[in-house]
Amino acid sequence: MGGNSPCASCKLLRRRCAKDCIFAPYFPSDDPHKFAIVHKVFGASNVSKMLQELPLHQRADTVSSLVYEANARVRDPVYGCVGAISYLQNQVSQLQMQLAVAQAEILCIQMQQEQAPITTTSPVLLEEDDKSSLFLHQNDLPQFLTFSSSNNVIYDSFKKESLFGQDMIS
Amino acid sequence: MASTRCAACKYLRRRCPSDCIFSLYFPSNNPQRFAYVHKIFGASNVGKMLQDLPVHRRADAADSLYYEAHCRIKDPVYGCVGIINILHQEIHNVQCQIAKIQAEIAFLGTHAQSDQQLQIAPNLDPNFLAEQKGLSNSFDDSSTWFF
Repeated sequence: MGGNSPCASCKLLRRRCAKDCIFAPYFPSDDPHKFAIVHKVFGASNVSKMLQELPLHQRADTVSSLVYEANARVRDPVYGCVGAISYLQNQVSQLQMQLAVAQAEILCIQMQQEQAPITTTSPVLLEEDDKSSLFLHQNDLPQFLTFSSSNNVIYDSFKKESLFGQDMIS
Repeated sequence: MASTRCAACKYLRRRCPSDCIFSLYFPSNNPQRFAYVHKIFGASNVGKMLQDLPVHRRADAADSLYYEAHCRIKDPVYGCVGIINILHQEIHNVQCQIAKIQAEIAFLGTHAQSDQQLQIAPNLDPNFLAEQKGLSNSFDDSSTWFF
């Protein structure tokens, strides 16, 4: 980054962009909207403090997440990111119910097949009308794929932190 | 005499006016709530955000701002976005589990049908055929329908 070209933040703040400007690596001048939205929601001073408290290798991800949150807050001034979290939590709950239904269904099928009247190994002689006899060898029932249901009881901490008892889908 | 200032005005060390924008949502009995929000968003920004909203939406907005600030303080790098990423991953995992079970159900369904078809087809043991004579059906001794 050349010293003659101020970063987006220094352009917006109308100040000289120092060589060690904390914003310069993450808010290039060709994307002024990125800093504008972060400044609108969090404030340049707060963003600067947050970045200064973090090691260098984590700052890029921090800026990305701040931009994401700022965009979410501008799109939804009431709930911001929290609206998305609530929506996703609902989706997880619904999918877990679907999973439970599917697991119950496969258990039923397994039980039905295990209780089938046909024997597994011994041959069965069946009499028939045309005097022909048939051998019937029945192979062992196939070994079903054992499916260990991973009941991921997720996000108890999220549920505890959930502030809204109602659906927040905007 | 007990102080009647809200948590925001206490924190900012100023007089709390009767129409203070913060007082309804940042009561004095929960100083942490405003402290978190102020640390991440700044009092000025929070005041602007609340003022831009209709009165009946401000309580939810204050709650969500507190939640986001709390997440950001707990996880300074990813904040709420970290939770969103985890939820997306969990959704993907559960969808994979559902797809796997549905595939198993489909497999069991087709396997059950093929078992029924195998039961109908005869299995001819040559030794047995040698004992059974005068059968109406003639079979090739070498033919084995089953393995």
